[in-house]
Amino acid sequence: MSRKISMKQAINEALDLEMRRDPTVIVMGEDIVGGTGAKGEDDAWGGVLGVTKGLYAKHGDRLMDTPLSESAYIGAAIGAAACGLRPVAELMFLDFMGVCFDQIFNQAAKFRYMFGGKAETPVVIRGMVGAGFRAAAQHSQMLTPLFTHIPGLKVVCPSNAYDAKGLLIQSIRDNDPVIFCEHKNLYGLECEVPAESYAIPFGEANVLRDGDDVTIVSYGLTVHRAMEAATALAKDGTEAEVIDLRTLSPIDWDTIVESVERTGRLVVVDEAHPRCNLATDIAAFVGQNAFGALKAGIQMVTAPHTPVPFAPSLEDLYVPSADSIASAVKRTLSPKGASPRIAA
Amino acid sequence: MLNERIKPIVMPKWGLSMSEGKVTGWLKRPGSTISIGDELLEVETDKITNVVEAGETGVLRRVLGEPGTVYPVKALIAVLAEPDVPDDDIDAFISAYAVPAGEEDGEAEAGPQYHTAETPAGTIRYAKRGEGGPTVLLVHGFGGDLDNWLFTIDALAEKATVYALDLPGHGQSTKQVADPSLSGLSQAVLGFLDSVGVERAHFVGHSMGGAVSMRTALDAPGRVASLSLIASAGLGERIDGGYIQGFVGATSRRDLKPVLETLFADRGLVSRQMVDDLLKYKRLDGVDEALRALSASLFADGRQASVLASGIADARTPTLVVWGEEDRVIPADHAQALANTAHVAVIPGAGHMVQMEAAGKVNALLKDHIAKAD
Repeated sequence: MSRKISMKQAINEALDLEMRRDPTVIVMGEDIVGGTGAKGEDDAWGGVLGVTKGLYAKHGDRLMDTPLSESAYIGAAIGAAACGLRPVAELMFLDFMGVCFDQIFNQAAKFRYMFGGKAETPVVIRGMVGAGFRAAAQHSQMLTPLFTHIPGLKVVCPSNAYDAKGLLIQSIRDNDPVIFCEHKNLYGLECEVPAESYAIPFGEANVLRDGDDVTIVSYGLTVHRAMEAATALAKDGTEAEVIDLRTLSPIDWDTIVESVERTGRLVVVDEAHPRCNLATDIAAFVGQNAFGALKAGIQMVTAPHTPVPFAPSLEDLYVPSADSIASAVKRTLSPKGASPRIAA
Repeated sequence: MLNERIKPIVMPKWGLSMSEGKVTGWLKRPGSTISIGDELLEVETDKITNVVEAGETGVLRRVLGEPGTVYPVKALIAVLAEPDVPDDDIDAFISAYAVPAGEEDGEAEAGPQYHTAETPAGTIRYAKRGEGGPTVLLVHGFGGDLDNWLFTIDALAEKATVYALDLPGHGQSTKQVADPSLSGLSQAVLGFLDSVGVERAHFVGHSMGGAVSMRTALDAPGRVASLSLIASAGLGERIDGGYIQGFVGATSRRDLKPVLETLFADRGLVSRQMVDDLLKYKRLDGVDEALRALSASLFADGRQASVLASGIADARTPTLVVWGEEDRVIPADHAQALANTAHVAVIPGAGHMVQMEAAGKVNALLKDHIAKAD
């Protein structure tokens, strides 16, 4: 049976179902049970925004409040994964990952490779990403490109409740370390979600809208801005295909390239900073592998190369908007946007 | 002051979830003389694009539905009337027409559109439409669900009480298939009928659902008032094994879409929504195991394991056989297996999902067959 629930509820439900299915699944993190001084009853916090609320009552000590030391408990989760458990560690704000880079980048991501495939590290590190929450520069970043850069990590960033549940279940069942990025401004967004368990395979983008004029690729919150832009553009007769990547590593190159080969135009939208991000990555890949299909220069729409501002008026300008995406689409359609033709 | 000689053509409701549809184009011009069954226009929903056929005769006096525009279900999109009906009367009819509001609300008050029944085989989801008249049961095929009847269920419910179920392993029913044989599925169907208090029904089965219906007619003849077999399994050995394997194996939109296109004569009918809905079903825990068990039991090595045609011919159950001439999954010549004992109709221009692709024709055949057999 399917019903409407929020992305926050969908994540909670995925954790609950997987803990019921597999006794090796444990959940740990700061305040994920009850918070400071609380005992973990139903009315306790269940995480800073309540994502894990209610799970302690169902699964008891398989949920653990940890000390405020990311380097310690992320290391513990990775060690537990190497020893046969399937920990889901909540890093609260993924901005805090800096203090546990060694555990994640240099240990978890390397075990399978360095031990000749004999070691598996089925850990999920989940937490919040993204701006627009008035949480200032240290709690608002979209660091997805950093994680995507590291071989050995899988990186997931859902845009809706249905995908969040299926991708988190897949993340828990996956035998490699997964960085699961939850956009905090999507937590309240509801959609139809089956009550049953289901897993969405990694590396399979979702095509949200069909169109023949331009391809818009994005992930996370800005998928919704891209859809708004596409709806607005359709009124002027421009039909945009909108692709939601769902997973950044692995990435679904086939769906992107097949779409661009049909539309001939590409706009890539990334909430991350403009240098070395998913937009530059995808633009480069398409430029290298599908140049002949392009009718215009590739356009990138990203956040600016600054920290996320705390002033609400500036923060609102920071995240790519539907207007900025629509403008980028129009640039690909204007004669000036056309790439130089090479005479055959 | 509604003039009975003025006949509204409204946005149809195809299936339980349709609330609006887009007029994609008119196939008849204003002023055309229309006969029953004429193709009037094409309508696109988020699930499928299909043709609206005329249910009445008259001259197409007004075309109101603009191509490219979305209208709610039951909105007035055209008017039929005889040539002698004055224009003023038609204009008055149009201005007085109001979309029958509150039907959705009324249904919500009357209960959900889908129901579940607890049966010995597990939880079964079903839809029930219509009241009184004969009782009809719609049984979908391999990998399908009750929404395969979205063009069928409301048409039959005008004069019957119609049930459509999700078989075990399918749709939103239990994903446990304890016995993945035709007998096992037939037992599950009978258990469902017990739980909803139906002793005897007219069985309408599509593809694998046709074979399940035949198995039921042979094992429990008292419970099957008649058989309507649509592109049915169980009438010959041949089947496109590539389709079965492709459907079971596909995990992505790119893999699944070409497989689904095999089901239709017009490949363009496979919408993004149709592919997405099936992927959502296929991702549910237990579905992959259920489909693999059923395909191994029923369609191993690209052949159908059970051929029931001779038994059905002997059983003398009133039987209708309908096929799409361009069926690429089960060949249409299997229809001839019952040519001596059943009414056989092979419909040109339609594929395996003939009840969707030629809904008007199939519905007329079903209504006629059920009325005669009841």
